[in-house]
Amino acid sequence: MKTNDVILQTTTKVVFFIIFLFSIHIFFAGHYTPGGGFVGGLLTTGAIVLLLLAFDLKTVQLALPFNFTVVTAIGLLLALGTAAGAIVFDVPFFTHAFDYFELPLFGKTSLHTAMLFDSGVYLVVVGSAITIIQSIGGDD
Amino acid sequence: MTNLLLFPIIIPFFFAMILLFFKEQVVIQRVLTLIGLALSLVASCWLVATVKTEGIQTVTLGSWPAPFGITMVSDMFSALLVTTTILLTFFVVWYSFKSIGVERERFFYYPAILFMITGINGAFTTGDIFNMFVFFEVLLIASYLLIVLGGEKRQLRESIKYVLVNVISSALFVITVAYLYSVVGTLNMADISVKIAEINQPGIISVIAILFLIVFGIKGAIFPLYFWLPGSYAAPPIPVLTLFGALLTKVGVYAITRTYTLFFVHDIGFTHQFLLVLSLLTIVAGCIGALAYFDLKQIIIYNIIIAVGVILFGVAQMNTSGLEGAVYYLIHDMLIKAALFVLIGIIIYVTGTSNLREMGGLIKTHASLGWFYLIAAFGLAGIPPLSGFIGKLLIVKGGFEADNAFGSIVILASSLVVLLSVIRIFIYAFWGEPGTRTLPETNKQTYRQLMVPAVLLVLVTVVYGVGAEWLMPFMTDASNVLQEPSIYINSVLKE
Repeated sequence: MKTNDVILQTTTKVVFFIIFLFSIHIFFAGHYTPGGGFVGGLLTTGAIVLLLLAFDLKTVQLALPFNFTVVTAIGLLLALGTAAGAIVFDVPFFTHAFDYFELPLFGKTSLHTAMLFDSGVYLVVVGSAITIIQSIGGDD
Repeated sequence: MTNLLLFPIIIPFFFAMILLFFKEQVVIQRVLTLIGLALSLVASCWLVATVKTEGIQTVTLGSWPAPFGITMVSDMFSALLVTTTILLTFFVVWYSFKSIGVERERFFYYPAILFMITGINGAFTTGDIFNMFVFFEVLLIASYLLIVLGGEKRQLRESIKYVLVNVISSALFVITVAYLYSVVGTLNMADISVKIAEINQPGIISVIAILFLIVFGIKGAIFPLYFWLPGSYAAPPIPVLTLFGALLTKVGVYAITRTYTLFFVHDIGFTHQFLLVLSLLTIVAGCIGALAYFDLKQIIIYNIIIAVGVILFGVAQMNTSGLEGAVYYLIHDMLIKAALFVLIGIIIYVTGTSNLREMGGLIKTHASLGWFYLIAAFGLAGIPPLSGFIGKLLIVKGGFEADNAFGSIVILASSLVVLLSVIRIFIYAFWGEPGTRTLPETNKQTYRQLMVPAVLLVLVTVVYGVGAEWLMPFMTDASNVLQEPSIYINSVLKE
């Protein structure tokens, strides 16, 4: 018997974006309020897992055609690259830099290289969590 | 170069990431791994030269002042260990081209090795006790992959034991660090040393010292915590076994040495006496195992346990000879264990079995293998002028100087057992008539390609023994820091 999960799928199409936006919010808020790369990455993973529950593995892989091992590797490179930028300026490893910028839409904003490191963490968390779920769930 | 001491950690890490992009291209992986290790070797040799001329190198990550950031410290002891680690990994990776099999190479074998080297070098270099825990996990998680990679039945069974034991010891590590933090309120190793000296090591600190001994003793396989090692190490293929046998237990030994010379030096009568007794029991247990088996792998694996006991006996003396001997013997043991494991790997490849009783007469067909094995075996037992001699001589001398004559005699007797156990391999495998089994078909070219890195490793150990005079200043520098914690503390805290 084929179950009809039109309600689940329709709800998912709306809720996915809410969860995804919340994860982005949590990610960017990490410097001043609770949050950051790790929870942000897990929330994004949660959103993708919801997609996996409502649809099937093949559909989701078609919608998100990334090799998540490579996502993990890019995340690691980003994190190491941010930390290793210190080598170029000959200051101790992991020394971060920040400044205030006038951005067109946001006004006066402080931009910090810790953000780049955090996006590395974000990508590693998303990449490895999805790899785990795909390799367990995709095992026929 | 402010960050020089981090290069031996960052370069393998960087190459491990790059390798993740080339999962299927085995040739690219091999070339990149060798390039990465060669670059790290250059960096670490440069580091040794810098430490020799300019003294201890420190960098506190993120430009924070010393006790507040994570400090990375490279004294001569850790710089030498880092160099040795990279050197022997280079040869083992070379050896595994022909022996590990393409199936494993295609499944993150080389990235796992490089991540493990990152963890090992980090654990040798860090100056922060919690950071040391993190680097322990880095190397352990990579080693979990290496031990299970291939998915044979035996590997699956032994990896469960290995993971279980190490998860428990990691949890104990965190608990011990929590205890220490609640007493002294700092995690920087130099600062911990200062704080413990201020409160003059009350009873709770001695308890923490014993807890650290238990934690690192599980990693480093001391009596009675070595129970997991013989089974787990026999499961993975030879190159992985070589890396484990040569490197992983030595990280535990390094951690014991570091904590017992930097932190817990105010109640030596209790803590170091405890270490001394355990190290002697470790030697005895290892000797029994080394004589009991007729299996090539098991004999050498029990020799790891004996060596751990010998090094820790040297550390427990807390005098110049003992510590110098421990440093010298530690590096000797990493090199010689790697050489022996790759050589017995070739013997197993040639004969198709690891059972001594089924071998014989190999010297007629594989003479060079036999003679190089004999050199390595004599080096392990400590026959002058090979590499095992000076280290053991200094440790024994340290034992007599500290009035532990009994322990020194145990060490000398253990050398005979070590010699007997490895010569037995030589007699059974190389002398006599060919065994009852017919030798499996082996490829001459593969055999030669396996021999090259093995022979080079044996030659490195010979140079290490013959060049003792030239290496001694480095060893003296290394043991001076161990003996005088104030050198370490001053260079980190820069008071």
